[in-house]
Amino acid sequence: MTGLRLKPATIIGLLAVAALPLVVRYFLPASEKYYLHLLIQILLWSFIYTGWSLMGRFGLTSLGHGAFTGIGAYATVMLWNFAGITPWIGIPVAVALATVVGVLVGYPCFRFRIAGHYFALLTLALTEFVRLCIVGLRDFTGGSLGTQPRRYGDGISLYALQFEPDRMLAYYIAFGLWVLGLYVWLRVDGSMDRYALDAASQDEDAAASVGINVTRERLKITALSSAMCALGGAIFAQYQMYIGPDTIAGLGLSLNIVFAAIAGGIWVLLGPTVGAVFTQVLAETLRVVIQGSATLKGMFGSSALALDQLIYGLLLVLFIIYMPNGILGTTMAWWRRRAAARAATGRAGN
Amino acid sequence: MLELKGIDAGYAGFQALFGVSMRVDAGEAVAVIGSNGAGKTTLLRVVSGLLAPTAGTMTMQGTDLIATPPHKVIETGIAHVPESRRLFPRLSVEDNLRMGAFIPAARAKFHQRLEYVYALFPRLKERRTQLAGTMSGGEQQMCAIARALMSEPKLVLLDEPSMGLAPVIVSQVFDLVRRIRNDGYTVLIVEQNVRQVLKVVDRAYLLEVGRMKASGRAEELAASDEIRKAYMGL
Repeated sequence: MTGLRLKPATIIGLLAVAALPLVVRYFLPASEKYYLHLLIQILLWSFIYTGWSLMGRFGLTSLGHGAFTGIGAYATVMLWNFAGITPWIGIPVAVALATVVGVLVGYPCFRFRIAGHYFALLTLALTEFVRLCIVGLRDFTGGSLGTQPRRYGDGISLYALQFEPDRMLAYYIAFGLWVLGLYVWLRVDGSMDRYALDAASQDEDAAASVGINVTRERLKITALSSAMCALGGAIFAQYQMYIGPDTIAGLGLSLNIVFAAIAGGIWVLLGPTVGAVFTQVLAETLRVVIQGSATLKGMFGSSALALDQLIYGLLLVLFIIYMPNGILGTTMAWWRRRAAARAATGRAGN
Repeated sequence: MLELKGIDAGYAGFQALFGVSMRVDAGEAVAVIGSNGAGKTTLLRVVSGLLAPTAGTMTMQGTDLIATPPHKVIETGIAHVPESRRLFPRLSVEDNLRMGAFIPAARAKFHQRLEYVYALFPRLKERRTQLAGTMSGGEQQMCAIARALMSEPKLVLLDEPSMGLAPVIVSQVFDLVRRIRNDGYTVLIVEQNVRQVLKVVDRAYLLEVGRMKASGRAEELAASDEIRKAYMGL
C-alpha cells in the first residue's frame, strides 16, 4: 500500500475534489468567490497540517511549525520585493532555509533526547523567536502590520507566481499542493522509516538496540515536515497577497496547526484534511455569528473576535481527552467495529 | 568473541563499574550474577553502546566497541534483550519482529528469519497480530528474545529475563534460554536469580558493587558456600 497504484475509490475521490469548484460555479454563482476562497484555504491548510502530522504522529509534538510557514512566506516575499528574485527561485531558497532551521533546532533536541513536553517548549520558543525577528525587521517586513508581495502586472503572472485574481487557477494550484501532501504522507507511511519512528516514539533505547539511528530518523522527518510547512506558507503568501506575523507565523498559528491536525486525526491520511475543513468551517461560523451578534459585541466589544481562540483552546482539551484519534480516526474505528459486528451477526444468522 | 578490559562506567556523579574485565567465547553461555545495584544492567548498557565507559577497552571479534554508536552495535553481531523486555508495546508482535530485522543485512532475510523464530516459538505465530503490550509477561519475554534473534546475531545479551515474572513463568523463560543456546547462539545473561541461571550457563562472573569478585564454572560457583549463603538463601 504505497499509494502508487490508485484504487478506483481514490480516483473517484480525487475527481470529486477536482470538480468541486465547478459545482460551486454552477450552484452558487453569486458567491462563487467566497466559497472558492474557503475551499482554497481548506486545501492550503490541509497541506500544512499534513506536513505537521508527519512529525506529530511520531510523538514529536512541535509547537514551532508557525516558524516554518513564516520563514517560507517571508523569505519568498522578501526576496521578491527587495531583490526581484522570482518565487520560482525564492520558494526553494525559503524552503531550504526553513529546513536548515528545522534541522538546527532538531539536532540538539534529538541528540540529547529532548522529547515530549520539553520538545514542545523548545519549539514554542522557536516560533516566538521567528515572530520577533519578523517584527524587529520592520523596515523590510512591515513589522506587526505585515506586508504584501509587490504586484506584478495585472496580478496574474507565471514569472511572479501570482494568481490571486483568478480563483479557479488558485484552486487548482492549492489542489495540486494538497495531492502532493497526501502523496508524501503515503510514501512516509509505507516506508521502513515509519516503523523506525514509531518504534523510537515507543522506546528510544530499544529502538537504538535494534539498529535504528534515532537521531537521524527524527532529523529526516523534521526536515521533510518543516520543508512542507515552508512550502505551504510560501504558496499561502502568493495566494493571499498579504503576509502578517500573526496570519502566517507566530504562536497562534502554531497552535492552530496542532489543534486542527489533532482534531482531524494524525494517524490517518485524510485526518489533517478533515481537521482543516472542521477548523475553517468553525472559524467562519464563529466569525459570522460573532460579527452578526449585537449582544456579544456589546459584552466584549471588538475583542469578541478573539473568542474563537478561546473556543479552539477549549475544544483542543476536549479532543485530547475524549477523541485522541481525531474526528476521522474515531469515525473510521467506529465504522470498522460496526462492519465487524455486522459480519459476526451475519455469520451467526447463517 | 566479546572481551572487556578494565571498564569504568557510571552516571553523572556516580561510578557504577570499577575496572571490570570479562570475556565470552564463541558458543559459550556466560552469566553475570549479583544482587540489585551491583552494576549488572550498567554492564550490559556499556556493551550495547547505550552508555559510554569512561575507561577501558571493549572488543567484539576484534571490532572496537567503544567507538561504535548504539545503533551500529547490532551490526557487529550483538543483539540486546533489554531489561523488562522493552518491546514496542503499540506495535503488533510481527511488527516488533520486523523491527528486530531493521538493519539492512537482516532486512533482506526477513521472511526466512521470521519463519525460523516462529518455528522456535510457535506461540508467537499464534499471537502475531496482537499488540505486544497486551501479552502476558512470559510471552513478552519470548517476543523480546525472538526480536533479538531476527538480526541473526552471534551473541545475545539477556538482561534479567526473569524479572517481574511469576515463578512458574521464570522456569519457562530459562527454558527459552536453553533453547536458543542449543541453537548455537552465544549467550551473555545477567541475572539475580542465581540458582536458576547457574543451571543454564557454562561459566559465571560474580559482580559486587561494581567490581568482579569471582568467576568460574557454573557448577563450581553453585557449590561454593559463599555464593550459596549470599545469593541462594541456603
